[in-house]
Amino acid sequence: MEFSRRETLAMGLGAAVLTVLPFRVSASTEDRIAEFTGGADMADTGVTLTAPEIAENGNTVPIEVSAPGATAILVLATGNPTPGVATFNFGPLAASQAAATRIRLAGTQDVVAIAKLADGSFAKASAAVKVTIGGCGG
Amino acid sequence: MISRRDFLQVSMAASALVGASGFGNWGRLAAQQSLTQDQLLQFDTFGNISLIHITDIHAQLKPIYFREPSVNLGVGGNKGHVPHITGADFRKAYGIADGSPSAYALTHDDFSSLAQGYGRVGGMDRVATVINAIRAERPDALLLDGGDTWHGSYTCHHTAGQDMVNVMNALKPDAMTFHWEFTLGSDRVNEIVEGLPFAALGQNIFDSEWDEPAELFKPYKFFERGGAKVAVIGQAFPYMPIANPGWMFPEYSFGIRDEHMQEMVDEVRAAGADLVVLLSHNGFDVDKKMASVVTGIDVILSGHTHDALPEPVLVGKTHIIASGSNGKFVSRIDLDVRDGQMMGIRHKLIPIFADVIAPDPVITKLIDEQRAPYADQLAEVVGKTDSLLYRRGNFNGTWDDLICDALLSEREADIAMSPGVRWGPSLVPGDDITREDIWNVTSMSYGAAYRSEMTGEFIKVILEDVADNIFNPDPYYQQGGDMVRIGGMGYRIDITKPQGERISEMTLLKTGEKIDASKSYVVSGWASVNEGTEGPMIWDVVEDHIRKQGTVSVTPNTSVNVVGA
Repeated sequence: MEFSRRETLAMGLGAAVLTVLPFRVSASTEDRIAEFTGGADMADTGVTLTAPEIAENGNTVPIEVSAPGATAILVLATGNPTPGVATFNFGPLAASQAAATRIRLAGTQDVVAIAKLADGSFAKASAAVKVTIGGCGG
Repeated sequence: MISRRDFLQVSMAASALVGASGFGNWGRLAAQQSLTQDQLLQFDTFGNISLIHITDIHAQLKPIYFREPSVNLGVGGNKGHVPHITGADFRKAYGIADGSPSAYALTHDDFSSLAQGYGRVGGMDRVATVINAIRAERPDALLLDGGDTWHGSYTCHHTAGQDMVNVMNALKPDAMTFHWEFTLGSDRVNEIVEGLPFAALGQNIFDSEWDEPAELFKPYKFFERGGAKVAVIGQAFPYMPIANPGWMFPEYSFGIRDEHMQEMVDEVRAAGADLVVLLSHNGFDVDKKMASVVTGIDVILSGHTHDALPEPVLVGKTHIIASGSNGKFVSRIDLDVRDGQMMGIRHKLIPIFADVIAPDPVITKLIDEQRAPYADQLAEVVGKTDSLLYRRGNFNGTWDDLICDALLSEREADIAMSPGVRWGPSLVPGDDITREDIWNVTSMSYGAAYRSEMTGEFIKVILEDVADNIFNPDPYYQQGGDMVRIGGMGYRIDITKPQGERISEMTLLKTGEKIDASKSYVVSGWASVNEGTEGPMIWDVVEDHIRKQGTVSVTPNTSVNVVGA
């Protein structure tokens, strides 16, 4: 069969295979959360995490966190081999307790933000971010 | 309190005109005698504001046939709800008689036969007549274009959208939002948008570097109409860089961004908006979810998923209007807006029967001027079809079966893949297939037909990935297309399962063997979103194939076994 390299080079496929394997969760996520909260309960409100539903580029996904009155916010990519993304610390003079950054995601997974509030309690928010090879729109 | 009876004075044009008299025996004479332009346009002007919605034209300037899908499955909370009902179920839901004009316009059954009676639909010169008639009754009616306008034909491709820009400008829209337009590349989109004599809107069109709203596209525009302040907010297709080649417009980022949508609604309300209209390219189920998440939107003019619905769908206090595709329908929405509130709505989905609605001669001339330089190319007959050729349906359509056959034979592949796009008109049995017809179902700025080796495992990954873009139960994770069409391979799909578990029993049709996860297969496809894709253009591949066939016949495709519908 005639089969030239030029013609076979069609889709950048090799690298994409790993990124689309179904939902990933890394075992060390629980450890990182326990380390940050000391095992304390986390409220469902108090921290806002904004992330795209589907990543346009899994290598650089824009996210935003905010938690009024927080002293620190931990961000975890629960499906990455190393889940820790960042811990934002806010001093007493910080005008707002919010931060925006870009993160790399190894595949479809939950991104989690946990805020340590001024009274010592914790709040958690999570967002599922899908990483897809994409395809065809209407 | 306004009752639904008073509030929704909704009618599908001519739905009561023709009684049931069975399928298949509709003579052209009977059909044409029973329909008039006045009946199609009949509308008791209501309230103080009129909206005219057209969307997903896909560059169809001339009348065409367009068969609606027979398979359009909903998942999760949308299972069994419009637009996810088809055929007899659809007709029953809206009280549409078999064989009636509405049955022909809105459902798939007996399409070839009814097409003989009712003829072609669409044509932007017919659309112009409808717009002019509405404006005669309401001179300041707002004309809103939901996007997918500058893509989808031979002339559109060769003029980089200029034919559509020229014709649409003559119709004088008030605002527009976007999707396939961006596949012209950001330089060309910027060039056209900078010169547009109307608003280019998209609250979710962001600068990708700074993740801030893009300067060229405004989130909304205010209009003073009927003594009220009308805010029209735009929403471009959220997943453009994923469903289409992001490398063609790297400066732009999209996304659903419903928090930002809420901010925009709050902003226009604070600035005195009496009526908030969302001109959306989200797709219907995404719009339904957005209406339940974002408060304060009165009307969503929904595009992208090509659904045509004869009544608005109410979610909370938001009315969602779906106006079809390919120039086949125009929606007229009259609204009574007083004291900062929408008090009433009257709506009509107007089917553009091309043999019934007179073309507007000014626009006919303008269309002909766009086409004249390419007339010979467009008209060249490549072959003929014995079968109804259509695209719509979740898993396959005869056009894509033919395209996959072309890929298998012209590219000597084991397996062929054709993207699950929803654009592309139909041809009825006995029609010539012209070069224009082939381009109507294939033209795009990334049409290279690749040929590649893929393992069985990777083919499954692709199918699972695309299936989740359609059948994820959360609409915000859906991209609004159909399943990738497969030639040379059968499979079973359980749409109720999660990603990774939907696809099974993948079988190579030519040998009957199960697909081996570790074995490599030669796969040919087109419309790859990856930069640097090589191969002949798909329209040339399809043309070569049809020429060799002379007359094409497509047998029903039974190689996809669907479970959980």
